[in-house]
Amino acid sequence: MGDEGHRARVQDTQHVTRNTQYGIMKPSTDVGIVGYGAYIPRYRLPATEVARVWKGGEGGLPVTEKAVPGLDEDTLTIALEAARNALARAQIDPQLIGAVWVGSESHPYAVKPTSTIVAEAIGATPHTEAADWQFACKAGTETMQASIGFVASGMARYALGIGADTAQGRPGDALEYTAAAGGAAYLIGPAEESLVLFEASFSYVTDTPDFWRRPYMHYPSHGQRFTGEPAYFHHVTSAARHLMAEMDRTAADFTYVVLHQPNAKFPQRAAKMLGFEREQWTTGLLCPVIGNTYAGAAMLGLTAILDEARPGDTILAVSFGSGAGSDAFALRVTERITERQHRAPKTQDYIARRKEIDYATYVRYRKKLQMQ
Amino acid sequence: MRDVSIIGIGQTPVGEHWNRSLRHLAYDAIAAAMQDAGIERADALYVGNMLSGEISGQSHLGPLIADFAGLRGIEAVKIEGACAGGAAAVRIGYLAVASGLQDIVICAGVEKMTDEVGSRLTSALAQAADADHETVHGISFVALNALLMRRYMYEYGVRHEDFAGFAINSHANAVGNPNAMFRRPITLEAFKRAGMVAAPINLLDSSPMADGAAAVILCPSEQAREFTDDAVRIAASAMATDSLSLHDRHDPLWLQAAQDSARRAYRQAGVGPADIDLFELHDAFTIMAALSLEATGFADRGRGWQLAANGDIRPDGRIPICTMGGLKARGHPVGATGVYQIVEAVQQLRGKAGDCQIPNVHLAMTQNIGGSGATIVTHILEGG
Amino acid sequence: MGIARDWRLRSQRYALVGEICDDCGRKIFPPRDVCPYCAEEAQTPFHFSGRGEIYSHTTIYNPPAGFEEFAPYTVALVKLEEGPLVTAQLTDVDPQEIAIGQPVEMVTRKIREEGPEGLIVYGYKFRPRLQAA
Repeated sequence: MGDEGHRARVQDTQHVTRNTQYGIMKPSTDVGIVGYGAYIPRYRLPATEVARVWKGGEGGLPVTEKAVPGLDEDTLTIALEAARNALARAQIDPQLIGAVWVGSESHPYAVKPTSTIVAEAIGATPHTEAADWQFACKAGTETMQASIGFVASGMARYALGIGADTAQGRPGDALEYTAAAGGAAYLIGPAEESLVLFEASFSYVTDTPDFWRRPYMHYPSHGQRFTGEPAYFHHVTSAARHLMAEMDRTAADFTYVVLHQPNAKFPQRAAKMLGFEREQWTTGLLCPVIGNTYAGAAMLGLTAILDEARPGDTILAVSFGSGAGSDAFALRVTERITERQHRAPKTQDYIARRKEIDYATYVRYRKKLQMQ
Repeated sequence: MRDVSIIGIGQTPVGEHWNRSLRHLAYDAIAAAMQDAGIERADALYVGNMLSGEISGQSHLGPLIADFAGLRGIEAVKIEGACAGGAAAVRIGYLAVASGLQDIVICAGVEKMTDEVGSRLTSALAQAADADHETVHGISFVALNALLMRRYMYEYGVRHEDFAGFAINSHANAVGNPNAMFRRPITLEAFKRAGMVAAPINLLDSSPMADGAAAVILCPSEQAREFTDDAVRIAASAMATDSLSLHDRHDPLWLQAAQDSARRAYRQAGVGPADIDLFELHDAFTIMAALSLEATGFADRGRGWQLAANGDIRPDGRIPICTMGGLKARGHPVGATGVYQIVEAVQQLRGKAGDCQIPNVHLAMTQNIGGSGATIVTHILEGG
Repeated sequence: MGIARDWRLRSQRYALVGEICDDCGRKIFPPRDVCPYCAEEAQTPFHFSGRGEIYSHTTIYNPPAGFEEFAPYTVALVKLEEGPLVTAQLTDVDPQEIAIGQPVEMVTRKIREEGPEGLIVYGYKFRPRLQAA
């Protein structure tokens, strides 16, 4: 299907989205991403280390290694560096940012926003909205959905949506192999300033208790195999299929695809189910080398794609948050991408900045040692 | 302005005084000094101290020490200038007597450090630095000196072992001082293999923290003979300051306050470095000894370390330093150190320094450094 | 408890906001009321680039209270591109990789925590410069 026809069809759906049962989201004003930024901590814990300590070195490994935050890092510091990279690419006056939103399941404070600190540090205060978002691993893309609405409605010229986490897995649990740290930030603004446009988006949500953490608990609980079919696969593929169907597109219409990536296997299997080929997902599949960065996962996959993308490329990005739901975005890269890719460190620069640690150092860095 | 002399001295041994608290230590030194001067009353007491609030939970030292020493009612106040508080107290006493407002003044320095240990003691000492811009970053006092030492080695192409002479000299000199904490010599080999504290500073670059108190009695020189035949005249007293933090110095490797206070002292005494017979300098760390020698005119910039290497600083050298062990081996009870330096210079000028005696001493200089060089007090003392 | 104390320094701590002297034009960090070069009072806020190089460094094994959990850590004097020296920790670097003259850049990190119930203090640190490829 040609570009013109596609665009016309998207335009047609603009004012009727709420009238259709499965309508996609398409704001009345075009908006896009003006700047994006990634951050991944320097330390890596090889999965073999977890297996060595807990499985006698036996068993399969869901990833090669995962990114571990240093002693002085947390969700705020990760969100902030990602935000600074986004601003370095956008080169706009931070006082024009009307919202600073941080999605995470590991905010440094239970009460006191991460977002106000980010807003202060980047110079967006005081004339701005700020809030922290929570929806397991989907908290980050929630801020993007909201930013699209906030900017498209004219309530703000720019909105900053951030997903960042320093996820913890219970020692010895399957999650310990993958629960990682990282984040990405997207400055959303007018289409005419954007390096990538939001063509449409879609959200798909049900009450599916596959993974949770009660207050005051340090580690999350999960439903083991229940996290797969009824949770991850159902929501990711449903969101992607509805968006593609409503846009009258197929997997072949996208240059790249990036899905939430809790391990190396899930996103590849889901992408295959949706009809994608390996070369479409390789660029955005970071989980094998950085682990599951939770709210940062799909968003970091997307920054890795944007680092490589050329004008005219199309991208399908789908997040997943336990609880459960998915946000799906169809994106089209503009000619502005090339001038901005190099204004800040790329995702692969952070991946290459790597220092391997052993399980003992990991235990210390993640504060699993009983000190009192 | 009246001429001022020292008519009495007192000191406790420097070390771990588990049985004596802050007030007892101060009393011991003050009582000894009063006995030495043959006085029973004084007009004022100035107490040099840094850490009483932090370690002993005790501010308001003036009346506490005055009362405890049997001097209730007199003018008394604590003088604080980090590690330079001791000499600063003597400087204030000097001003009081020179001005004609006071006649008999006790200047004491006291520090009780062993009541605190570990990271809390490290924190207390770090209060000498800029709280908002240095200590907030977890900097320790030894780290500030390590930053200076590494840069010094880099700029002047100096090796770490080139500083060994300072520590070796101080330890050798302390052997003869019964009040010194470490009365044993050390070797170059020991210096080279000492445990690292904050690279490049190792354990033998560093002075030990300890308890101690020292005191001097001042009076107008014209009255000194009424008390003693051993009076030592304060030929010069000078204080200068620099930025509190290292990063605010226009030239971190130059102790501007050391140069300024030394120049003022030289001018007041009408002498120059060549006239000084011995120099009690502030060797809290070996790097400080090198920087002091440069700023006070005994060595060219970047060459202070050579005086340690060539033996100039030894008792028989061109400019003997730390003649009774210095901070390195006598010990460094921070707020008392400046008074110890003056007490030791008086011992030398009286010819009563025992095994530490330097022959033919007429003019002695002392220099006490607070923080990384922000408060520096220089005195020049003249024997009778 | 230094709630207000840390709060009032947030712009310099988070983002290296210093000053430029209206009189002599020199860049000043940390900000102060009177220019340390010409003693004039008027200054205008100035955002430092965060780029600089290591002037000197040392590693702390015996930390002051409140920093125990981070030890050993490295502190440095960093010469900022715009002129001033600043005292700060280095991060994301091993002590043996550090050298005088090495280019570094500012990042905002956790400086300390006031215990498990207290505030988290964030501020500037420096790391080896991460070049945008």
